Amino acid sequence: MAFTTRAENASPIQALRYVLQDVAAVYQLSLRTVYYLFRGKREKGAIWQQMYAIGNQSMFFMTVTMAFIGAIITFQTGLQSQKLVPDMSMVGATYLKLLIRDLAASVGALPLATRVGAGIAAEIGSMVVTEQVDALRMCAADPVDYLVVPRFVASVIMSGVVLILGGFIAFASGMLVANLMFDVNPHTFANLTMVNSGDVIMGVTKAFTYGGAIALVSSQRGLATFGGSEGVGWATTEAVVGSCFAIIVLNLIISVIGYFLFPAL
Amino acid sequence: MSAPSLALALPHRLGTTLLAIAKQIGGVTILLGQILARLRPSRIDRHELFRNLHRMGVRSVPIIAATAMFTGGIMVIQAAPFVEQFQATGFIGWAATFTTFREIGPLLIGLIFNGRVGANNTAELGTMAVTDQIDALRALAIDPVAYLVVPRVLAMVFMMVCLCVIGDAVALGGAMITADLMLGVDPELFWASAMERLEIWDFWVGLIKSFLFGLMIALMSCYYGLATRGGAPGVGRAVNASVVAAAAGVFIADYASTFVLD
Repeated sequence: MAFTTRAENASPIQALRYVLQDVAAVYQLSLRTVYYLFRGKREKGAIWQQMYAIGNQSMFFMTVTMAFIGAIITFQTGLQSQKLVPDMSMVGATYLKLLIRDLAASVGALPLATRVGAGIAAEIGSMVVTEQVDALRMCAADPVDYLVVPRFVASVIMSGVVLILGGFIAFASGMLVANLMFDVNPHTFANLTMVNSGDVIMGVTKAFTYGGAIALVSSQRGLATFGGSEGVGWATTEAVVGSCFAIIVLNLIISVIGYFLFPAL
Repeated sequence: MSAPSLALALPHRLGTTLLAIAKQIGGVTILLGQILARLRPSRIDRHELFRNLHRMGVRSVPIIAATAMFTGGIMVIQAAPFVEQFQATGFIGWAATFTTFREIGPLLIGLIFNGRVGANNTAELGTMAVTDQIDALRALAIDPVAYLVVPRVLAMVFMMVCLCVIGDAVALGGAMITADLMLGVDPELFWASAMERLEIWDFWVGLIKSFLFGLMIALMSCYYGLATRGGAPGVGRAVNASVVAAAAGVFIADYASTFVLD
């Protein structure tokens, strides 16, 4: 039991060592994934199947969630700016900039990580405890090639798609809330003047990076499962926590780099 | 159920989904009623309550603190372009803490708590359900809701609020450090700006939200755990369904409370 449980019972230095070990394991897995991405001989159609499971089946959940997120953020932004300036005409422009630069990808990725990460870890974990992964190895098929690579590719592509779609939904629901609660005209709200190419590059980079991180962290947790059905439960827990944490750390890193590479205004 | 024709496929799927959602909401409401009926101090197993308080709350502190630290930093970085545009370094403390206290703090902590504690709780109750341990409790005339569910729900709700307080404090520190390093805003100026404009109500809004999120996560994870069927794969499915339902519940509760708590 790693990451959360193992680290929580240890002394701070030991805990840090455990966390670093887990980071190293994910890094190692990512290297092997990239290797097999070019050299592997995986099943035909596995990627399509995973893309359906990760992308299409998350659509309904993500649509509902992103609609609520858009409404909440617009309402908060409106409240906050009402205190500073009575003029509400710039709320849409500010909201759009923040949404594209960060919020659509970063806030949307957390529910997506919960949905996708738990799914990947539970699936691979069940395969590990029922010795199906060992059976794959017996057949000289590397589990990284057969299980991780399709999930990684599918997650990178579909997270990007789902998060960009989620951004549009959050924008639409924000426009609706601004119109109903603050009487902002939809034309005034849909103001793209503050958005520049740097914002779009950052938002899209984040969306795709989070997709890769979710797949790698969850697959690593799934492959490290041991101890029957309880172990699968633990692996799922750690996959969700680990993916969410990875997203938050990556967000900080990408935001700092982006802050210097693409001056916002 | 026989496969419907192509023309009926969409209404069929829509109806099945709606019925499933209605069933879940009904089940969770009944569970909430059962919990409320058993909320008498004499009927709560104290040992189980303290065990859960420690396991769910105290041991979540490191991951919650780390999350809050990064959250504070991210809020400052996102506010940075606007601050630089308007030359309003005096506002950065307020802007970052207002958003963190009211919205992003409880939301992120709730989502991490959902993964860390909610998923784990579903897995535990689910394992007990598929190995017939819950039926064994009933056979011993021990009420599973009073013995298993009530202490867990109380522990999760209470600890979620406590973790939110800790998270707010750590996020404030993280935001202060980031503002100092990246924007050169003096920590004292940051503190003054936050204290001048921030109201105590903003802090309370965050706590009320985290109470609601904790309740949502606790109810969902217990409901899905007790309803687990079908062996080890069933436990995996239950955990997956529980974290997704709780995440959706958290966002819906957030939406409702944002509008009510002005």
